[in-house]
Amino acid sequence: MSSDDALQRTALFSNHLAANGRMVPFAGWEMPVQYEGVLTESKSVRTNVGMFDVSHMGRLYIEGAGSGEFLEHVLTFSVTNLNSGKARYGFVLNQEGGVIDDIVVYQQSPEDGLTERYLMICNAANRNTIVDWLKDHMADYPGVAMTDFTVESVMIAVQGPAAASVADKLCVGEDNPSTLKPFGSMAQTVKLGADGTLVEVFIGRTGYTGEDGFELVADAANGSDLWDALVANGVTPCGLGARDVLRLEAGLRLHGSDMDTSKTPLEAGLERFVSMKKDGFIGRDALVKQSTEGFTQNLVGFKLLDAGIPRHEHTILKDGSQIGIVTSGSYSPSLDTGIGMGYVSSEYSGLANHIQIDLRGRPVEGEIVELPFYHRPK
Amino acid sequence: MSEHPSDLRYTKEHEWVRIERDGTATIGITHFAQDQLGDVVYLVLPKVGAIISKDSKMGEVESVKSISDLFAPLSGEVLEINKDAIDHPERVNEAPHDTGWMIKLKVSDEAELPQLLSAEDYKTTLAS
Repeated sequence: MSSDDALQRTALFSNHLAANGRMVPFAGWEMPVQYEGVLTESKSVRTNVGMFDVSHMGRLYIEGAGSGEFLEHVLTFSVTNLNSGKARYGFVLNQEGGVIDDIVVYQQSPEDGLTERYLMICNAANRNTIVDWLKDHMADYPGVAMTDFTVESVMIAVQGPAAASVADKLCVGEDNPSTLKPFGSMAQTVKLGADGTLVEVFIGRTGYTGEDGFELVADAANGSDLWDALVANGVTPCGLGARDVLRLEAGLRLHGSDMDTSKTPLEAGLERFVSMKKDGFIGRDALVKQSTEGFTQNLVGFKLLDAGIPRHEHTILKDGSQIGIVTSGSYSPSLDTGIGMGYVSSEYSGLANHIQIDLRGRPVEGEIVELPFYHRPK
Repeated sequence: MSEHPSDLRYTKEHEWVRIERDGTATIGITHFAQDQLGDVVYLVLPKVGAIISKDSKMGEVESVKSISDLFAPLSGEVLEINKDAIDHPERVNEAPHDTGWMIKLKVSDEAELPQLLSAEDYKTTLAS
Protein backbone atom coordinates (compact mmCIF):
# COMPACT_ATOMS: atom_id res chain seq x y z
CA MET A 1 0.00 0.00 0.00
CA SER A 2 1.54 3.34 -0.99
CA SER A 3 2.06 6.06 1.58
CA ASP A 4 0.41 9.45 1.36
CA ASP A 5 3.61 10.71 -0.31
CA ALA A 6 2.67 8.70 -3.39
CA LEU A 7 -0.64 10.51 -3.95
CA GLN A 8 -0.83 12.49 -7.16
CA ARG A 9 -1.93 16.13 -7.23
CA THR A 10 -3.80 17.87 -10.01
CA ALA A 11 -2.59 21.22 -11.36
CA LEU A 12 -5.30 22.84 -9.22
CA PHE A 13 -3.91 21.69 -5.87
CA SER A 14 -2.83 25.16 -4.74
CA ASN A 15 -6.23 26.56 -5.74
CA HIS A 16 -7.88 24.05 -3.41
CA LEU A 17 -5.68 25.03 -0.50
CA ALA A 18 -6.34 28.72 -1.18
CA ALA A 19 -10.10 28.00 -1.03
CA ASN A 20 -9.74 26.15 2.30
CA GLY A 21 -10.19 22.74 0.70
CA ARG A 22 -9.97 19.71 2.98
CA MET A 23 -7.74 17.29 1.03
CA VAL A 24 -8.25 13.53 1.16
CA PRO A 25 -6.91 10.53 -0.77
CA PHE A 26 -9.12 9.44 -3.65
CA ALA A 27 -8.17 6.91 -6.32
CA GLY A 28 -4.50 7.67 -5.75
CA TRP A 29 -4.96 11.43 -5.88
CA GLU A 30 -5.09 14.10 -3.19
CA MET A 31 -8.47 15.73 -3.77
CA PRO A 32 -10.74 18.20 -1.95
CA VAL A 33 -13.66 16.50 -0.19
CA GLN A 34 -15.15 19.84 0.78
CA TYR A 35 -14.40 23.56 1.15
CA GLU A 36 -17.20 25.40 2.96
CA GLY A 37 -19.30 22.30 3.57
CA VAL A 38 -20.99 19.51 1.64
CA LEU A 39 -24.55 20.79 2.04
CA THR A 40 -23.81 24.41 1.22
CA GLU A 41 -21.79 23.35 -1.82
CA SER A 42 -24.59 21.02 -2.99
CA LYS A 43 -27.03 23.89 -2.65
CA SER A 44 -24.78 26.15 -4.75
CA VAL A 45 -24.92 23.67 -7.59
CA ARG A 46 -28.69 23.19 -7.38
CA THR A 47 -29.49 26.90 -7.17
CA ASN A 48 -26.60 28.75 -8.81
CA VAL A 49 -23.30 27.35 -10.11
CA GLY A 50 -20.49 25.31 -8.59
CA MET A 51 -17.39 23.62 -9.95
CA PHE A 52 -15.45 20.44 -9.35
CA ASP A 53 -11.82 19.64 -10.10
CA VAL A 54 -12.17 16.40 -12.04
CA SER A 55 -8.64 16.49 -13.47
CA HIS A 56 -7.94 13.11 -11.91
CA MET A 57 -10.36 11.44 -14.32
CA GLY A 58 -8.72 9.71 -17.30
CA ARG A 59 -8.57 11.60 -20.60
CA LEU A 60 -7.50 9.55 -23.60
CA TYR A 61 -7.31 10.29 -27.31
CA ILE A 62 -7.99 7.31 -29.52
CA GLU A 63 -7.04 8.22 -33.09
CA GLY A 64 -5.99 6.95 -36.46
CA ALA A 65 -7.53 4.81 -39.14
CA GLY A 66 -9.81 2.19 -37.64
CA SER A 67 -10.42 4.04 -34.35
CA GLY A 68 -14.17 4.01 -34.82
CA GLU A 69 -14.26 0.32 -35.67
CA PHE A 70 -12.02 -0.45 -32.67
CA LEU A 71 -14.26 1.49 -30.29
CA GLU A 72 -17.37 -0.18 -31.69
CA HIS A 73 -15.78 -3.46 -30.67
CA VAL A 74 -14.95 -2.50 -27.06
CA LEU A 75 -17.91 -0.26 -26.21
CA THR A 76 -21.58 -1.06 -25.65
CA PHE A 77 -22.70 1.92 -27.75
CA SER A 78 -21.98 3.27 -31.23
CA VAL A 79 -19.50 6.07 -31.91
CA THR A 80 -19.19 5.97 -35.68
CA ASN A 81 -22.62 7.51 -36.11
CA LEU A 82 -21.95 10.40 -33.74
CA ASN A 83 -22.15 13.87 -35.23
CA SER A 84 -19.09 16.06 -34.96
CA GLY A 85 -18.41 17.02 -31.34
CA LYS A 86 -21.19 14.82 -29.93
CA ALA A 87 -20.68 12.45 -27.01
CA ARG A 88 -22.29 9.29 -25.70
CA TYR A 89 -22.19 7.52 -22.34
CA GLY A 90 -21.87 3.77 -21.95
CA PHE A 91 -19.64 0.95 -20.87
CA VAL A 92 -16.50 -1.03 -21.46
CA LEU A 93 -17.42 -4.63 -20.61
CA ASN A 94 -15.42 -7.78 -20.07
CA GLN A 95 -16.36 -11.05 -21.79
CA GLU A 96 -18.74 -11.91 -18.93
CA GLY A 97 -20.67 -8.68 -19.48
CA GLY A 98 -19.26 -7.18 -16.29
CA VAL A 99 -18.60 -3.43 -16.24
CA ILE A 100 -14.90 -2.54 -16.37
CA ASP A 101 -15.81 1.14 -16.41
CA ASP A 102 -18.51 3.57 -17.42
CA ILE A 103 -17.19 6.15 -19.83
CA VAL A 104 -18.05 9.07 -22.08
CA VAL A 105 -16.68 9.29 -25.63
CA TYR A 106 -16.70 12.46 -27.75
CA GLN A 107 -16.38 12.40 -31.51
CA GLN A 108 -13.67 14.89 -32.46
CA SER A 109 -12.98 16.53 -35.80
CA PRO A 110 -10.00 15.12 -37.68
CA GLU A 111 -6.75 17.07 -37.22
CA ASP A 112 -3.33 16.91 -38.84
CA GLY A 113 -4.52 14.62 -41.58
CA LEU A 114 -5.57 11.86 -39.21
CA THR A 115 -8.80 10.33 -40.36
CA GLU A 116 -10.49 9.77 -37.05
CA ARG A 117 -10.19 10.91 -33.44
CA TYR A 118 -12.20 10.27 -30.31
CA LEU A 119 -11.84 11.61 -26.78
CA MET A 120 -12.60 9.11 -24.01
CA ILE A 121 -13.17 10.16 -20.40
CA CYS A 122 -13.01 7.44 -17.78
CA ASN A 123 -13.07 7.16 -13.98
CA ALA A 124 -9.85 8.03 -12.16
CA ALA A 125 -9.90 4.72 -10.31
CA ASN A 126 -10.06 2.74 -13.54
CA ARG A 127 -7.69 4.74 -15.71
CA ASN A 128 -4.83 2.21 -15.59
CA THR A 129 -7.21 -0.71 -16.13
CA ILE A 130 -8.84 0.99 -19.11
CA VAL A 131 -5.51 1.96 -20.68
CA ASP A 132 -4.26 -1.63 -20.38
CA TRP A 133 -7.54 -3.07 -21.68
CA LEU A 134 -7.57 -0.77 -24.70
CA LYS A 135 -3.89 -1.44 -25.45
CA ASP A 136 -4.50 -5.18 -25.41
CA HIS A 137 -7.42 -4.96 -27.80
CA MET A 138 -5.81 -2.32 -30.04
CA ALA A 139 -3.34 -4.97 -31.16
CA ASP A 140 -5.91 -6.06 -33.74
CA TYR A 141 -6.21 -2.49 -35.10
CA PRO A 142 -2.69 -1.47 -36.17
CA GLY A 143 -3.69 1.99 -37.42
CA VAL A 144 -5.03 3.06 -34.03
CA ALA A 145 -2.98 5.04 -31.50
CA MET A 146 -3.91 5.98 -27.93
CA THR A 147 -2.60 8.97 -25.97
CA ASP A 148 -3.26 9.34 -22.26
CA PHE A 149 -3.04 13.09 -21.66
CA THR A 150 -4.54 13.09 -18.17
CA VAL A 151 -1.55 14.57 -16.34
CA GLU A 152 -0.88 17.14 -19.06
CA SER A 153 -4.38 18.60 -18.70
CA VAL A 154 -7.00 19.75 -16.24
CA MET A 155 -10.73 19.19 -16.32
CA ILE A 156 -13.20 21.36 -14.43
CA ALA A 157 -16.91 20.52 -14.23
CA VAL A 158 -19.01 23.69 -13.98
CA GLN A 159 -22.54 22.76 -12.95
CA GLY A 160 -25.79 24.48 -12.11
CA PRO A 161 -28.57 26.63 -13.59
CA ALA A 162 -26.16 29.58 -13.96
CA ALA A 163 -23.39 27.51 -15.60
CA ALA A 164 -24.42 28.48 -19.13
CA SER A 165 -24.28 32.20 -18.47
CA VAL A 166 -20.84 31.89 -16.84
CA ALA A 167 -19.58 29.82 -19.78
CA ASP A 168 -20.94 32.37 -22.27
CA LYS A 169 -19.31 35.19 -20.35
CA LEU A 170 -15.86 33.59 -20.21
CA CYS A 171 -15.77 32.12 -23.74
CA VAL A 172 -15.01 34.49 -26.62
CA GLY A 173 -15.37 32.07 -29.55
CA GLU A 174 -17.87 32.69 -32.31
CA ASP A 175 -20.65 30.47 -30.94
CA ASN A 176 -21.69 30.61 -27.31
CA PRO A 177 -21.42 27.41 -25.24
CA SER A 178 -25.09 27.90 -24.34
CA THR A 179 -25.92 26.98 -27.94
CA LEU A 180 -24.59 23.47 -27.36
CA LYS A 181 -27.12 20.70 -27.06
CA PRO A 182 -26.63 18.25 -24.18
CA PHE A 183 -23.59 16.04 -24.87
CA GLY A 184 -22.45 18.47 -27.57
CA SER A 185 -18.98 20.03 -27.45
CA MET A 186 -16.82 22.68 -29.06
CA ALA A 187 -13.31 24.04 -29.01
CA GLN A 188 -13.37 27.45 -27.32
CA THR A 189 -11.21 30.30 -26.16
CA VAL A 190 -11.51 31.64 -22.64
CA LYS A 191 -10.47 35.20 -21.87
CA LEU A 192 -8.88 35.28 -18.42
CA GLY A 193 -8.96 38.26 -16.12
CA ALA A 194 -8.10 41.89 -16.73
CA ASP A 195 -5.08 41.41 -18.97
CA GLY A 196 -7.18 39.32 -21.32
CA THR A 197 -4.91 36.29 -21.65
CA LEU A 198 -6.53 33.82 -24.02
CA VAL A 199 -6.63 30.12 -23.14
CA GLU A 200 -7.75 27.30 -25.40
CA VAL A 201 -10.31 24.98 -23.89
CA PHE A 202 -12.45 22.06 -24.95
CA ILE A 203 -15.96 22.40 -23.56
CA GLY A 204 -18.59 19.68 -23.44
CA ARG A 205 -22.16 20.05 -22.21
CA THR A 206 -22.32 17.22 -19.76
CA GLY A 207 -21.93 16.49 -16.08
CA TYR A 208 -22.58 14.25 -13.11
CA THR A 209 -24.96 16.31 -10.98
CA GLY A 210 -28.37 16.28 -12.66
CA GLU A 211 -28.03 20.00 -13.43
CA ASP A 212 -27.14 21.77 -16.67
CA GLY A 213 -23.41 22.15 -16.92
CA PHE A 214 -20.16 21.90 -18.80
CA GLU A 215 -16.86 20.11 -18.50
CA LEU A 216 -13.88 22.22 -19.53
CA VAL A 217 -10.59 20.62 -20.53
CA ALA A 218 -7.44 22.75 -20.76
CA ASP A 219 -3.66 22.38 -20.63
CA ALA A 220 -2.43 21.83 -17.10
CA ALA A 221 -0.30 24.99 -17.36
CA ASN A 222 -3.47 27.11 -17.69
CA GLY A 223 -5.52 25.22 -15.13
CA SER A 224 -4.91 27.39 -12.11
CA ASP A 225 -5.71 30.63 -13.96
CA LEU A 226 -8.83 29.09 -15.46
CA TRP A 227 -10.06 28.04 -11.99
CA ASP A 228 -9.40 31.54 -10.63
CA ALA A 229 -11.30 33.11 -13.54
CA LEU A 230 -14.29 30.90 -12.72
CA VAL A 231 -14.11 31.88 -9.04
CA ALA A 232 -13.99 35.55 -10.10
CA ASN A 233 -17.22 34.92 -12.01
CA GLY A 234 -19.06 33.68 -8.94
CA VAL A 235 -18.60 29.92 -9.28
CA THR A 236 -18.45 28.08 -5.94
CA PRO A 237 -15.66 25.51 -5.46
CA CYS A 238 -17.28 22.15 -4.63
CA GLY A 239 -15.65 18.96 -3.43
CA LEU A 240 -16.08 15.22 -3.73
CA GLY A 241 -18.55 15.12 -0.84
CA ALA A 242 -21.00 17.38 -2.66
CA ARG A 243 -20.33 15.55 -5.92
CA ASP A 244 -21.44 12.29 -4.36
CA VAL A 245 -24.64 13.78 -2.88
CA LEU A 246 -25.59 15.43 -6.16
CA ARG A 247 -24.93 12.42 -8.40
CA LEU A 248 -26.83 10.12 -6.03
CA GLU A 249 -29.84 12.46 -6.03
CA ALA A 250 -29.65 12.42 -9.83
CA GLY A 251 -29.71 8.60 -9.83
CA LEU A 252 -26.28 8.40 -11.44
CA ARG A 253 -24.35 5.24 -10.73
CA LEU A 254 -20.83 5.22 -9.33
CA HIS A 255 -18.50 2.53 -10.64
CA GLY A 256 -16.87 0.76 -7.76
CA SER A 257 -20.03 1.13 -5.66
CA ASP A 258 -23.19 0.64 -7.78
CA MET A 259 -21.53 -1.48 -10.44
CA ASP A 260 -18.26 -3.25 -11.06
CA THR A 261 -16.95 -6.20 -13.02
CA SER A 262 -19.36 -8.50 -11.17
CA LYS A 263 -22.42 -6.65 -12.46
CA THR A 264 -23.81 -6.17 -15.95
CA PRO A 265 -25.36 -2.90 -17.13
CA LEU A 266 -28.69 -4.74 -17.32
CA GLU A 267 -28.65 -5.57 -13.61
CA ALA A 268 -27.67 -1.98 -12.91
CA GLY A 269 -30.76 -0.76 -14.75
CA LEU A 270 -28.69 0.88 -17.49
CA GLU A 271 -29.83 -1.11 -20.52
CA ARG A 272 -30.58 2.13 -22.41
CA PHE A 273 -26.82 2.69 -22.75
CA VAL A 274 -26.30 -0.69 -24.39
CA SER A 275 -27.02 -1.10 -28.10
CA MET A 276 -27.98 -4.75 -28.20
CA LYS A 277 -28.57 -4.40 -31.96
CA LYS A 278 -24.84 -3.75 -32.42
CA ASP A 279 -23.04 -6.98 -33.26
CA GLY A 280 -19.68 -8.03 -31.99
CA PHE A 281 -18.99 -5.83 -28.96
CA ILE A 282 -17.15 -7.49 -26.09
CA GLY A 283 -19.63 -8.78 -23.55
CA ARG A 284 -22.62 -8.86 -25.89
CA ASP A 285 -23.01 -12.63 -25.78
CA ALA A 286 -23.11 -12.61 -22.00
CA LEU A 287 -25.80 -9.90 -22.02
CA VAL A 288 -27.89 -11.82 -24.55
CA LYS A 289 -27.70 -14.85 -22.30
CA GLN A 290 -28.68 -12.81 -19.25
CA SER A 291 -31.59 -11.21 -21.11
CA THR A 292 -32.88 -14.63 -22.13
CA GLU A 293 -32.45 -16.31 -18.76
CA GLY A 294 -33.54 -13.31 -16.72
CA PHE A 295 -31.58 -11.87 -13.83
CA THR A 296 -31.85 -12.59 -10.16
CA GLN A 297 -31.08 -9.13 -8.78
CA ASN A 298 -31.40 -5.54 -9.87
CA LEU A 299 -30.37 -2.11 -8.73
CA VAL A 300 -33.13 -0.05 -7.19
CA GLY A 301 -33.40 3.35 -5.59
CA PHE A 302 -35.01 3.76 -2.19
CA LYS A 303 -35.71 6.46 0.33
CA LEU A 304 -36.00 6.10 4.08
CA LEU A 305 -39.36 6.77 5.71
CA ASP A 306 -37.82 7.29 9.15
CA ALA A 307 -34.70 9.06 10.33
CA GLY A 308 -31.27 7.66 9.46
CA ILE A 309 -28.71 7.53 6.67
CA PRO A 310 -28.20 4.40 4.57
CA ARG A 311 -24.60 3.57 3.72
CA HIS A 312 -22.64 1.28 1.42
CA GLU A 313 -22.92 -2.36 2.56
CA HIS A 314 -25.86 -1.93 4.89
CA THR A 315 -28.20 -4.89 4.39
CA ILE A 316 -31.66 -4.54 2.88
CA LEU A 317 -34.38 -6.59 4.57
CA LYS A 318 -37.94 -7.67 3.94
CA ASP A 319 -39.86 -9.05 6.93
CA GLY A 320 -36.60 -9.59 8.75
CA SER A 321 -34.81 -11.53 5.98
CA GLN A 322 -32.03 -10.11 3.85
CA ILE A 323 -33.09 -9.43 0.27
CA GLY A 324 -30.27 -7.18 -0.80
CA ILE A 325 -27.46 -4.78 0.00
CA VAL A 326 -26.96 -1.02 -0.16
CA THR A 327 -24.36 0.13 -2.70
CA SER A 328 -24.63 3.90 -2.25
CA GLY A 329 -26.33 5.99 0.42
CA SER A 330 -26.43 9.51 1.77
CA TYR A 331 -28.55 12.23 3.24
CA SER A 332 -30.45 13.97 0.43
CA PRO A 333 -30.86 17.71 1.00
CA SER A 334 -33.39 17.88 -1.85
CA LEU A 335 -35.65 15.19 -0.32
CA ASP A 336 -34.65 15.88 3.31
CA THR A 337 -34.31 12.18 4.03
CA GLY A 338 -31.82 9.35 3.60
CA ILE A 339 -31.65 7.92 0.09
CA GLY A 340 -29.72 5.11 -1.47
CA MET A 341 -29.27 2.58 -4.22
CA GLY A 342 -28.78 -1.11 -3.80
CA TYR A 343 -29.22 -4.52 -5.34
CA VAL A 344 -32.26 -6.51 -4.29
CA SER A 345 -33.60 -9.87 -5.35
CA SER A 346 -35.61 -9.19 -8.47
CA GLU A 347 -38.92 -10.37 -7.06
CA TYR A 348 -38.79 -7.56 -4.47
CA SER A 349 -37.61 -4.81 -6.79
CA GLY A 350 -41.00 -3.28 -7.65
CA LEU A 351 -41.75 0.38 -7.05
CA ALA A 352 -43.39 1.31 -3.75
CA ASN A 353 -42.28 -1.97 -2.19
CA HIS A 354 -41.60 -1.45 1.48
CA ILE A 355 -38.23 -2.61 2.74
CA GLN A 356 -36.12 -2.15 5.82
CA ILE A 357 -32.51 -1.03 5.87
CA ASP A 358 -30.36 -2.33 8.71
CA LEU A 359 -28.56 0.77 9.97
CA ARG A 360 -25.90 -0.67 12.25
CA GLY A 361 -28.36 -3.00 13.98
CA ARG A 362 -31.40 -0.73 13.78
CA PRO A 363 -33.93 -1.60 11.04
CA VAL A 364 -35.42 1.52 9.45
CA GLU A 365 -38.42 1.57 7.13
CA GLY A 366 -37.81 2.47 3.50
CA GLU A 367 -39.61 2.48 0.19
CA ILE A 368 -38.38 1.62 -3.30
CA VAL A 369 -38.75 4.66 -5.53
CA GLU A 370 -38.12 5.55 -9.14
CA LEU A 371 -34.76 6.99 -10.16
CA PRO A 372 -33.73 9.75 -10.29
CA PHE A 373 -34.64 11.02 -6.84
CA TYR A 374 -34.26 14.62 -7.98
CA HIS A 375 -35.65 16.24 -11.10
CA ARG A 376 -34.21 19.49 -12.35
CA PRO A 377 -36.96 22.15 -12.42
CA LYS A 378 -38.02 22.94 -15.99
CA MET B 1 -16.55 34.01 20.27
CA SER B 2 -13.91 31.51 21.31
CA GLU B 3 -13.80 28.20 19.49
CA HIS B 4 -13.23 26.41 22.80
CA PRO B 5 -14.67 28.61 25.58
CA SER B 6 -12.67 28.63 28.79
CA ASP B 7 -15.75 28.38 31.02
CA LEU B 8 -16.46 24.87 29.72
CA ARG B 9 -14.81 21.55 30.54
CA TYR B 10 -13.75 19.03 27.92
CA THR B 11 -12.92 15.38 27.18
CA LYS B 12 -10.38 13.80 24.85
CA GLU B 13 -13.37 12.45 22.89
CA HIS B 14 -14.25 16.01 21.90
CA GLU B 15 -17.23 16.61 24.13
CA TRP B 16 -17.75 19.75 26.21
CA VAL B 17 -19.47 19.95 29.59
CA ARG B 18 -21.06 23.00 31.24
CA ILE B 19 -21.91 22.60 34.92
CA GLU B 20 -25.04 24.69 35.45
CA ARG B 21 -25.91 26.60 38.61
CA ASP B 22 -28.29 23.84 39.66
CA GLY B 23 -25.49 21.28 39.42
CA THR B 24 -26.75 19.59 36.28
CA ALA B 25 -24.38 19.11 33.34
CA THR B 26 -25.13 20.25 29.76
CA ILE B 27 -23.18 18.28 27.18
CA GLY B 28 -22.37 18.66 23.52
CA ILE B 29 -19.55 18.18 21.02
CA THR B 30 -16.73 20.67 20.52
CA HIS B 31 -16.08 23.13 17.71
CA PHE B 32 -13.21 20.90 16.60
CA ALA B 33 -15.46 17.84 16.45
CA GLN B 34 -18.21 19.48 14.38
CA ASP B 35 -15.62 20.95 12.05
CA GLN B 36 -14.03 17.54 11.49
CA LEU B 37 -17.40 15.87 10.94
CA GLY B 38 -18.73 18.39 8.46
CA ASP B 39 -22.46 18.89 7.96
CA VAL B 40 -24.27 16.98 10.70
CA VAL B 41 -27.42 15.32 9.36
CA TYR B 42 -28.48 12.89 12.08
CA LEU B 43 -28.22 12.53 15.85
CA VAL B 44 -28.75 9.44 17.99
CA LEU B 45 -29.15 10.51 21.63
CA PRO B 46 -29.97 8.50 24.77
CA LYS B 47 -33.55 8.46 25.99
CA VAL B 48 -34.68 10.79 28.77
CA GLY B 49 -34.38 8.84 32.00
CA ALA B 50 -31.51 6.67 30.76
CA ILE B 51 -28.73 6.00 33.23
CA ILE B 52 -25.36 6.37 31.56
CA SER B 53 -21.87 5.71 32.86
CA LYS B 54 -18.75 7.71 32.19
CA ASP B 55 -16.83 6.77 29.02
CA SER B 56 -19.57 4.50 27.71
CA LYS B 57 -21.00 5.06 24.24
CA MET B 58 -24.19 7.06 24.63
CA GLY B 59 -25.09 8.01 21.08
CA GLU B 60 -23.95 8.87 17.57
CA VAL B 61 -23.39 12.00 15.50
CA GLU B 62 -23.64 11.40 11.78
CA SER B 63 -22.53 13.78 9.06
CA VAL B 64 -22.93 13.50 5.32
CA LYS B 65 -19.54 11.85 5.06
CA SER B 66 -18.97 10.03 8.36
CA ILE B 67 -20.28 8.95 11.73
CA SER B 68 -18.83 9.45 15.18
CA ASP B 69 -19.72 7.85 18.51
CA LEU B 70 -20.74 10.04 21.42
CA PHE B 71 -19.20 9.08 24.75
CA ALA B 72 -20.58 9.99 28.16
CA PRO B 73 -18.17 12.44 29.81
CA LEU B 74 -19.82 11.83 33.19
CA SER B 75 -22.11 9.30 34.84
CA GLY B 76 -25.70 10.15 35.63
CA GLU B 77 -29.33 10.26 34.55
CA VAL B 78 -30.40 11.90 31.29
CA LEU B 79 -32.82 14.71 32.24
CA GLU B 80 -33.40 16.28 28.85
CA ILE B 81 -32.32 15.94 25.22
CA ASN B 82 -32.26 18.72 22.63
CA LYS B 83 -35.26 18.01 20.40
CA ASP B 84 -34.53 21.09 18.28
CA ALA B 85 -31.08 19.69 17.44
CA ILE B 86 -32.63 16.32 16.58
CA ASP B 87 -35.02 18.03 14.15
CA HIS B 88 -32.35 20.45 12.93
CA PRO B 89 -28.97 18.69 13.22
CA GLU B 90 -27.29 21.70 11.60
CA ARG B 91 -27.52 23.38 15.03
CA VAL B 92 -24.49 21.30 16.00
CA ASN B 93 -22.42 22.96 13.28
CA GLU B 94 -23.93 26.43 13.68
CA ALA B 95 -23.54 26.73 17.46
CA PRO B 96 -22.00 23.63 19.04
CA HIS B 97 -21.90 25.17 22.56
CA ASP B 98 -25.22 26.92 22.35
CA THR B 99 -28.26 25.77 20.37
CA GLY B 100 -26.27 22.66 19.39
CA TRP B 101 -26.26 21.24 22.94
CA MET B 102 -27.23 17.59 23.11
CA ILE B 103 -28.13 16.32 26.58
CA LYS B 104 -28.66 17.57 30.09
CA LEU B 105 -27.47 15.19 32.78
CA LYS B 106 -28.07 14.79 36.50
CA VAL B 107 -24.52 14.14 37.71
CA SER B 108 -24.34 11.05 39.92
CA ASP B 109 -20.66 11.14 40.92
CA GLU B 110 -19.07 14.51 41.59
CA ALA B 111 -15.66 12.82 41.95
CA GLU B 112 -15.64 12.52 38.14
CA LEU B 113 -15.70 16.30 37.64
CA PRO B 114 -11.97 17.00 38.25
CA GLN B 115 -11.15 14.42 35.54
CA LEU B 116 -12.55 16.73 32.87
CA LEU B 117 -10.05 18.84 30.93
CA SER B 118 -9.74 22.60 31.01
CA ALA B 119 -9.98 24.46 27.70
CA GLU B 120 -6.19 24.88 27.70
CA ASP B 121 -5.55 21.17 28.28
CA TYR B 122 -8.13 20.25 25.60
CA LYS B 123 -6.47 22.58 23.09
CA THR B 124 -3.14 20.95 23.92
CA THR B 125 -4.56 17.52 23.02
CA LEU B 126 -5.66 18.94 19.66
CA ALA B 127 -2.18 20.21 18.91
CA SER B 128 -0.57 16.83 19.50
